Amino acid sequence: MWITINGNPCEVENTVLARILEEAGYRSPHIATAVNGVFVHRQSRAEIMLSEGDRLEVVAPIEGG
Amino acid sequence: MVRFYGVEIRNALLLGTAQYPSPAILAEAIRESGVEVVTVSLRRESGNSRAGEGFWALIRELGAHVLPNTASCYTVKEAVTTAQMAREVFGTAWIKLEVIGNPDTLQPDVFGLVEAARILSKEGFDVFPYTTEDLVVADRLIQVGCEVLMPWGAPIGTGRGINNPYGLRTLRAHFPDVPIVVDAGIGLPSHAAHAMELGCDAVLLNTAVAKAGDPVRMARAFADAVAAGRAAWLSDPIDAGDMAQPSTPVPGKAFLS
Repeated sequence: MWITINGNPCEVENTVLARILEEAGYRSPHIATAVNGVFVHRQSRAEIMLSEGDRLEVVAPIEGG
Repeated sequence: MVRFYGVEIRNALLLGTAQYPSPAILAEAIRESGVEVVTVSLRRESGNSRAGEGFWALIRELGAHVLPNTASCYTVKEAVTTAQMAREVFGTAWIKLEVIGNPDTLQPDVFGLVEAARILSKEGFDVFPYTTEDLVVADRLIQVGCEVLMPWGAPIGTGRGINNPYGLRTLRAHFPDVPIVVDAGIGLPSHAAHAMELGCDAVLLNTAVAKAGDPVRMARAFADAVAAGRAAWLSDPIDAGDMAQPSTPVPGKAFLS
């Protein structure tokens, strides 16, 4: 199915968030996720299912003011 | 010393971590100035890049308290979701809450700010609200659970100093027990000292140090300035007057004309 990851269209085989992250190459423990603008806690990633067209955001630490 | 949500901080200078020439210079600036609180942020990460890990490892190595921000958020929803993600990544309930209302001035949307602060306080966050010096807004922020106020000095990155000393004095007078951190618009150590002389408890800045020709030396200068300003406030400064007052005693002057 097609979803967007950080704004980029992306075809993924998996539907479970945790598996999608693995498929897309996310290995760092220092990331956080939101689906369609809603925060998904780390513990919930194995339960959350994505659907066609969903928007996944993955963020990590960066410098800030 | 200032206390933020039960955490005692001895150094009244809080420093942003962006725009430095290199991570090494950022680290040296933090170490040399003795800064105990640094701001951090979140941005999109690409798969396989792990770009954020290096920065996060550097900050943890320095041992400073981290204050994640919600920079660039223009809506309550964006700010709340960003705060929730920040708490998970950085492992702290502290959040520098920014809800921006105008792209030119980057001034806070104080209506959205109060609403986001209400939501986040209920969720157990320790909110540091980036606000204006408006007294009524400050009162609302405290009512919804904020135990710190962060009024701007001037728009972010302008380096204009304290635009409204009267407003900061008013905040100090009305909220004598609430920590006040002047955030944004500071360009020179004298600006930081000014904020502290007005009775503010701390100063948060980034650009003035990071973009200086010698960020490490400038960080030290700011640390000295906030310490001097704090000492001045605690020393009960004199009031400014319009007429000259001789400091040398006039009686006893020799009659020589």
